[in-house]
Amino acid sequence: MTTTPTRTTSLGLPGVRTGTEGVPRLPEGTNLTKKDFTAANEVRWCPGCGDYAVLAAVQGFMPELGLRKENIVCVSGIGCSSRFPYYLDTYGMHSIHGRAPAIATGLATSRADLSVWVVTGDGDALSIGGNHLIHAMRRNVNMTILLFNNRIYGLTKGQYSPTSEVGKVTKSTPAGSVDAPFNPVSLALGAEATFVARTLDSDRKHLTSVLRAAAEHRGTSLVEIYQNCPIFNDGAFDVLKDRDEAQARLVRLTDGEQVRFGREGEEKVVVRTAGGGVEAVPAAEAGGREVVVHDTGALDPSQAFSLSRLDGPSMAHVPVGVFRSVSRPTYDDLVRDQVDSAREESGGPASDADLDALIAGGDTWVVR
Amino acid sequence: MRLESPTPDAPTAPRADESEAPHATGSGGKPVQRVSGVVIRFAGDSGDGMQLTGDRFTAETATMGNALATLPSFPAEIRAPQGTLLGVSSFQLQFADHVVLTPGDSPDVLVAMNPAALRANIADLPRGGVIIADSDEFTKRSLQKVGYTVSPLEDGSLESFQVHALPLTSMTVEALKDSGLSRKDSERAKNMFALGMLSWLYDRPTQATEKFIATKFAKKPAVRDANLTAFRAGWAFGETTEGFAVRYEVAPAEHPAGTYRNITGSTALAYGLASAAHKAGLPLVLGSYPITPASDILHALSGMKRFGVTTLQAEDEIAGVGIALGASFGGSLGVTTTSGPGLALKAETIGLAVMLELPLVVVDVQRGGPSTGLPTKTEQADLLQAMYGRNGESPLPVVAASSPTDCFTAAVEAVRIAVTYRTPVILLSDGYLANGSEPWALPKVADLPAIDPAFATAHNGAGDDGTPAFRPYLRDPETLARPWAVPGTPGLAHRIGGLEKADITGEISYEPENHERMTGLRQAKVDGVSVPPLEVDDPVAPDGSRARVLVLGWGSTYGPIAAAVRDARAEGLQVARAHLRHLNPFPPGLGDVLRSYDRVVLPEMNGGQLALLLRARYLVDVQSHGRVRGRPFTAGELTDVVRDAVTQLPDPQLPDPRPASAAAPSAGGVTESPQEARR
Repeated sequence: MTTTPTRTTSLGLPGVRTGTEGVPRLPEGTNLTKKDFTAANEVRWCPGCGDYAVLAAVQGFMPELGLRKENIVCVSGIGCSSRFPYYLDTYGMHSIHGRAPAIATGLATSRADLSVWVVTGDGDALSIGGNHLIHAMRRNVNMTILLFNNRIYGLTKGQYSPTSEVGKVTKSTPAGSVDAPFNPVSLALGAEATFVARTLDSDRKHLTSVLRAAAEHRGTSLVEIYQNCPIFNDGAFDVLKDRDEAQARLVRLTDGEQVRFGREGEEKVVVRTAGGGVEAVPAAEAGGREVVVHDTGALDPSQAFSLSRLDGPSMAHVPVGVFRSVSRPTYDDLVRDQVDSAREESGGPASDADLDALIAGGDTWVVR
Repeated sequence: MRLESPTPDAPTAPRADESEAPHATGSGGKPVQRVSGVVIRFAGDSGDGMQLTGDRFTAETATMGNALATLPSFPAEIRAPQGTLLGVSSFQLQFADHVVLTPGDSPDVLVAMNPAALRANIADLPRGGVIIADSDEFTKRSLQKVGYTVSPLEDGSLESFQVHALPLTSMTVEALKDSGLSRKDSERAKNMFALGMLSWLYDRPTQATEKFIATKFAKKPAVRDANLTAFRAGWAFGETTEGFAVRYEVAPAEHPAGTYRNITGSTALAYGLASAAHKAGLPLVLGSYPITPASDILHALSGMKRFGVTTLQAEDEIAGVGIALGASFGGSLGVTTTSGPGLALKAETIGLAVMLELPLVVVDVQRGGPSTGLPTKTEQADLLQAMYGRNGESPLPVVAASSPTDCFTAAVEAVRIAVTYRTPVILLSDGYLANGSEPWALPKVADLPAIDPAFATAHNGAGDDGTPAFRPYLRDPETLARPWAVPGTPGLAHRIGGLEKADITGEISYEPENHERMTGLRQAKVDGVSVPPLEVDDPVAPDGSRARVLVLGWGSTYGPIAAAVRDARAEGLQVARAHLRHLNPFPPGLGDVLRSYDRVVLPEMNGGQLALLLRARYLVDVQSHGRVRGRPFTAGELTDVVRDAVTQLPDPQLPDPRPASAAAPSAGGVTESPQEARR
């Protein structure tokens, strides 16, 4: 441990602890493979579901962590994506609707030696479980949350979700939905998340790079994954998957670099507006305007937030990549530090006699 | 005080009005009158410090070695409008030289710090009772606030009481005139003046209170000195005033040898949880959301980090139990604490724990309901919620504490069951137990029962191909508990969840036969929890006859029921008594016990919930006495109930007027063994 144990809030040494520090690693020279993380269970998602690609990416990425498999735990809620733990050959819990971040908070706080992953969906995380999600991020509990966003309720057969676009016609909204959707990245940034990223199910390379950064981060990492539901919301992200369209629309954020995107010959840049926000303009028309330089480590989340608002329902320019990655002491480390230092100050684990003294308190009398 | 008298059959001791004459002179030359017991109620405005005054008087009394029981009562509002009936806060305690089972049915002495306190409490004071009132507060405006047109201290309406109208506020201000404090700040010490005066009147030791004041206000020397001065001035006033002709003495009660302290139910419960976790060698992880009247357990456990206790104040009730369950999955003892509204919110997660078959302790400190109900008042109306408040067939063990000190024992028992049987357990306390206090003969942690988490460390079966494998739902044949394999254990990685499990393998299964088998196994596991047999207190009469009436109770009605039975026996009535700690499963032989009496009377602070369960389970016509007034039963009320039950029983020599078919439950359909019960 690199932070100093303290009874009160420790500022710690930001950035020194990694996401998996304290989790037992495999012996030198031992390597696991994707097969080691593939459970025997038959995968039961619909043919063509985007979840398959994410599962394959995660199973393929996990060996990279170099961790002992038994120290990885995957907790999920309810929904199509929440079947994920059954297919990942680690310890896992398929819990109840919306509660995975709360359950994972208890697990991560009580066990410093576990790498904790939460798999959730847009309904699970942002509707029924919204409260747990924002509080996990506010506390900065060391866990990686994979939010599969298909903008629909799949398991209940096709109702609109809190990320569905306004006007969505579904069985429960035959005249079109009227409520404004959440932007999960904006929400996470507003909830004080220390790591926020977005990626796509279909871009294995990008997805893996984001997973790597998320796992490396100590604290709550929120990864929004645009994921296609071929049954109830097919093609929701098609414009981002067509090779040519993707080049025009995807804004790949890279730390320390100017935010530029677009087809060859139609390059665009993201510049500041007079109102303090950002907008995308053709590079040729940017003139002397200041092009935004992406800074994932900025303590002020305002620019990251502005970038998260660059996107609109048309998906004309969709930022993907890491929006924010800052170091802040994690809740679980601080809680454990308080318990550990209280024990150290009193000379280690409590004995029966210590408990007897606690129970007796300071005001006893003796009857002979 | 119950510990030293499992069979509370001593006759009611004489009260102050029937005790010996003054026999000696005490300090100040005043005669000392020995009395066997006193009930004092301190009442004042929410801001008057009545709870603190009561707590201190209780601590002094406990140190004296008296038996005692307390009943704090306060409004849900933190500061209700000053001087109103709504804002009255009170603290009652009974202390005596003999076994005390309740805080007393009615006070002998009422300390009323303002007209509202008098008006709200006078109806409870029997004629001849003592009123000590702060006459300074009986101003025109204060009187009007509570509907008095004339001061009751002056209009003769209190003629049948012994009234001491004393200018407590101005005497306090006078005592503090050199303190440098403002008049307003000086007035705030009037509760310490009153405490000093009462401490003199009942000959209480003062050192502990002086030490308490010095510690509590260590950082505010002026306030510390003012409180000490007021406390001593109150004592001196009692000694010198001619208003009190005698001083009272209550001799210590006879307690078994041992070291004692006074303790509230919530503190005892927190200590019980921590001690049991310690015995099991498990870290305790509490996930909890603040709620009255359960928050004191969160507070107590939060101060116990050095004992390996981790507390997380959750974002809501659901997160509280989720955090606890997540910790249990990780190999800690997960605990969540709440009251009725919170238990409702936790229901789905508790159901998940039933499915996952992991240890989890859910503490419900019951309060008046439904909905927000009576947050600061007591009730026992969550029993059915605890038993059945989940979707599906979702059985879990339910344990109830019967007194403030019993909260410790009940908590240890809840942890034992949860860990041994890998199951959520609901532990029921209530507002009365949580805030009430009594002396406690300290247990030794080393003497507590051992609790073995017996974590799984190796394969326990074979896979389909015959190779060694881990079977997460392969049960212990004796307890039917499944293995507890925590993350980090090599080779035992497995997935669990809320979907129905296949027997043994724990894989997802929608098979009809499997679901029925698993439902039966979960029920059988709970039914098979080892529970000691019911103890029945049924002394055989000198003529060899035995009682025909059984008074049965559960939870915090222990004290009033035991006192009522004691009083009824003193009247010559023959009555048996039993009290349930285990509400699920019931103790073995309960049905036989119930059927062996001609009448079973069951007082409970709800509409008859346990009576409903017993009737359904055993086909015994249990007679329910349910009340929901937000306060414990009085012993007197229950004595009436017992007397009626005994005297109204038909003579066994006469023919039973009921039709034959109703006279006795048929043997078929009534089963004792859990194995039969679940068919």
